[in-house]
Amino acid sequence: MTGGTTPNSAETRPRFAPGDRVRVRAAFPPGHIRTPFFVRGREGKVEALAAIHPNPEGLAYGGDGTPRRPVYRVAFRQAELWEGYAGSPEDATVVDIFEHWLEPAEGGAP
Amino acid sequence: MSGQDDHTHDHRHGHDHDHGHAPHPFQPDIEDGPITEYMILTRAIGELMIEKGVFAAEDLREKLEYMETRNPSQGARLVARAWTDPAFAARLEQDALAAAKELGIDAGVVEIRALPDRPGLHNVIVCTLCSCYPVMLLGNSPDWYKSREYRSRVVREPRVVLAEFGTDISPETEFRVHDSTAELRYFVIPERPAGTEGWSEEQLAEIVTRDCMIGTALPKLAME
Repeated sequence: MTGGTTPNSAETRPRFAPGDRVRVRAAFPPGHIRTPFFVRGREGKVEALAAIHPNPEGLAYGGDGTPRRPVYRVAFRQAELWEGYAGSPEDATVVDIFEHWLEPAEGGAP
Repeated sequence: MSGQDDHTHDHRHGHDHDHGHAPHPFQPDIEDGPITEYMILTRAIGELMIEKGVFAAEDLREKLEYMETRNPSQGARLVARAWTDPAFAARLEQDALAAAKELGIDAGVVEIRALPDRPGLHNVIVCTLCSCYPVMLLGNSPDWYKSREYRSRVVREPRVVLAEFGTDISPETEFRVHDSTAELRYFVIPERPAGTEGWSEEQLAEIVTRDCMIGTALPKLAME
């Protein structure tokens, strides 16, 4: 199923814009979570709104996944993720993250 | 599977291991692997759907057969066309499913995004959480793509992993690992190699392998 990027009135307006600095929630709830552990608590930059999609945390348990949630492409610098990372300082991992896992980074203005 | 503790195993398939034959290694049957809840669930849902007339056994078989006709040559055709037609390349980056349809390729309904390499930028794909992959475009993923080793190491030390595949990326090149953990699937459009000027689309498509579209390899000229 494709989510598309056009919000309708029943949905959350995307809270973040490309360029925004965000921090992934350092939360560890049980369930079907699509946020990888290696970026939890880490800071990254929103590259784009990827889609607005039913929430997998509800879908996985027979729910309908509403309200749909914005999903962002968030870039994390490898050098900040991994101590002693060998590579270009520009190297990045880009992860698709649902909005409710993101909060503005402190001093988060782009 | 160990033969040592055969007698302590739960012989759920009713195998008889008491032949006393010479220890000749044999290939385990598929059914010798563990039966997981998901295997049972999948089978049960399939049987229920058929029993309730939602679809027929033949439909299920056809669908599986169709899925297995998906293969990397479809993605290679998209890449070759993108290399030779900049307008198509732009459409491919905008909407890969629609661009695939232009070439008569059914890439399914799950959104797929093309990740173009550029001079100074190399892309690679992974799913660190499970094994998300653009199956409808590239066919089933290789086993190593689903391995814990690839999934954990390619985010931690992507350049080392690629070097092990025989692919060296210049230290000056920006390296981007794309973790498709959510709703989108990705594939890489590698750069067109030098020395392919004047090649036909068919010739170009031949050098675009599966691994080139995962990002763990670069297209090579055959004569090398």
